[in-house]
Amino acid sequence: MDLKEKIIASHIAFENKTNVKSDVINKIRTKAFQHFETVGFPSKKMEAWKYTSLNSVLKQDYSLFPEEDVTVNLSEVKKYFIHDIDTYKIVFIDGKYSSFLSETTHDKMDICLLSSALAKSKYSAVIENYFNKIANQDNLTALNTAFANEGAYIHIPKNVEVEKPIQIINFITGSKSATMMQPRNLIVVEQNAHVQIIERHQSLTDNNVLTNSVTEIFADRHSTVDYYKIQNDTKTASLVDNTFIEQQSNTECSVHTFSFGGNITRNNLNFYQKGEHIDSILKGITLIEGKQHVDHNTLVHHIEPNCESHQDYKGIFDERSTGVFNGKVIVEKEAQKTNAYQQNNNVLISDNATINAKPQLEIFADDVKCSHGCTIGQLDEDGLFYMQQRGIPKKEAKALLMYAFSNTVLESVKIPELQQRINRIIAKKLGVNLGFDL
Amino acid sequence: MLHIQNLHASIDDKEILKGIDLNVKAGEVHAIMGPNGAGKSTMANIIAGKEEYEITQGNITLEGEDISELAPEERAHKGVFLSFQYPVEIPGVTVTNFIKTAINETRKAKGLEDMPAKDMLKMIREKAALLEMDRKFLSRSLNQGFSGGEKKRNEIFQMAMLEPKLAILDETDSGLDIDALRIVANGVNKLKSKNNAVIVITHYQRLLDYIKPDFVHVLYDGKIVKSGDASLALELEEKGYDWIKKELA
Repeated sequence: MDLKEKIIASHIAFENKTNVKSDVINKIRTKAFQHFETVGFPSKKMEAWKYTSLNSVLKQDYSLFPEEDVTVNLSEVKKYFIHDIDTYKIVFIDGKYSSFLSETTHDKMDICLLSSALAKSKYSAVIENYFNKIANQDNLTALNTAFANEGAYIHIPKNVEVEKPIQIINFITGSKSATMMQPRNLIVVEQNAHVQIIERHQSLTDNNVLTNSVTEIFADRHSTVDYYKIQNDTKTASLVDNTFIEQQSNTECSVHTFSFGGNITRNNLNFYQKGEHIDSILKGITLIEGKQHVDHNTLVHHIEPNCESHQDYKGIFDERSTGVFNGKVIVEKEAQKTNAYQQNNNVLISDNATINAKPQLEIFADDVKCSHGCTIGQLDEDGLFYMQQRGIPKKEAKALLMYAFSNTVLESVKIPELQQRINRIIAKKLGVNLGFDL
Repeated sequence: MLHIQNLHASIDDKEILKGIDLNVKAGEVHAIMGPNGAGKSTMANIIAGKEEYEITQGNITLEGEDISELAPEERAHKGVFLSFQYPVEIPGVTVTNFIKTAINETRKAKGLEDMPAKDMLKMIREKAALLEMDRKFLSRSLNQGFSGGEKKRNEIFQMAMLEPKLAILDETDSGLDIDALRIVANGVNKLKSKNNAVIVITHYQRLLDYIKPDFVHVLYDGKIVKSGDASLALELEEKGYDWIKKELA
């Protein structure tokens, strides 16, 4: 039985187990299930998956719903948290909520679980209003919707500025040879509210892990959302991250994606601008080696006038690693005075590394500023010589150059402790200790 | 200190240096002058160890040791410093952090511990004052958005921090206004001692008004075609390079 058949066969058992009150939601899930039954998994024949093959990942015999209740010691996993500052934490172990590792609140705002929001009638109105409203019908998103049950549910009411960042962390202990996870997050940020979120998927096993995650974020007028994704997983963990963001007028939303590890990582990041004076910021650093693969597939949909989008993705590829950047910007006819900016710069450290970069601009308005720049190159030899001349050995000099190359993304991280953490991960990956925080 | 013997070097099979002989003793200042394309910067880069050039004949020794096969950082650890004509921008790395790294990597190579933070800070302050650099400057990203003058001043600041045995200043006067030129030259003069040596590469006599050379050499078509004392630089300033070309022809 292949994975698709196995998943289909498991659906009835899943339905019996879950407790969703709303018929509306149940209908959405049934429809998504039927859609997945028809379309199945994406293949390289699809334009959007031309450079990323999931074949090797889909071959595994996945355990779909880990049954055991697993506990992990804080000391074992502390390093995966940003722990030098106070934060809210929503932590899952093998898809189950860990109240021991979490720190949540229901006071003035909801930072809790999707499963309880789905099960309790007091959340029905919000759930029915937002759930699956912007997630598309793509193969894997539909699959996630069909099995949507657990994840973070965050609802920030009007005028609330959340005083500390929220961390969403999914640990996978994976006692079976292969485990598949499908977390589903729903984040609703009301008018004039402000929130910072850090998301991480972390495998604690050498067994295979496949995570197919969907996150929907709604930013109402005058709100600000800063979202950070840390992807520094083990070599046997693959991730398909599907994130959808809807912005109303006068909002600023940013997503930073730090892709430092994992087996195959695919980021489907979609921004929909549903008002005026919106700023959408998409930034990323990819720094990989071995046979790792990272694919950034972005979409910014400019629908209304007077909005901006800024994309800045830096990629550094060593050994036999491969990267994809597929950045699509659509500017509708009504979206005059749009300012859309896209930058994608790549450095290939090794002759065996590959990057496939494909900017895609579809512009139907005539009074717009759209720019895109894509570069693929090697490390600057003159820069290396300059630093070596000052006594800095080649390895350290290379690290400094890579750091300098990624700096435009790093410097826009608004949480200083997170910025330091990213710097340390980079320094560790590059095997350097420069006597100051990279 | 520095002995260069019959040095031939090429890049992509094109010969640029065609037999250079040069002896520089401790305590001396040598000026290398010559028209564009003569090979002046190439010579500086080859002494510092830039890898894209191939030495086809001859050798370079520093204090009796052949350095022509060493990596650039190894030469730096032995006391070779090159002030770049076009210093590289490194966003996100401050002037202070960069020089700390350079100093501690040099110490590490010599088997020494890192310089204590207090001593480092004191030294940075002293040397920054020498180059008339303020504190704000020290926390800027290295060379990013620096004016031509700031870049050159920062190069000499690094030289002051690293205290090299042999300093090569490649066109350090280009892009400098008269005030910056004075500050930079003043810095170099204060660092000069009987134990170190300086090679000044320049097109013009201007810098040599401030940094007095003991010897002046004219480099033309990959060879040193004429050597003399400081008066040679004045003569070149007056007559240009054409008379040398005629003399050779």
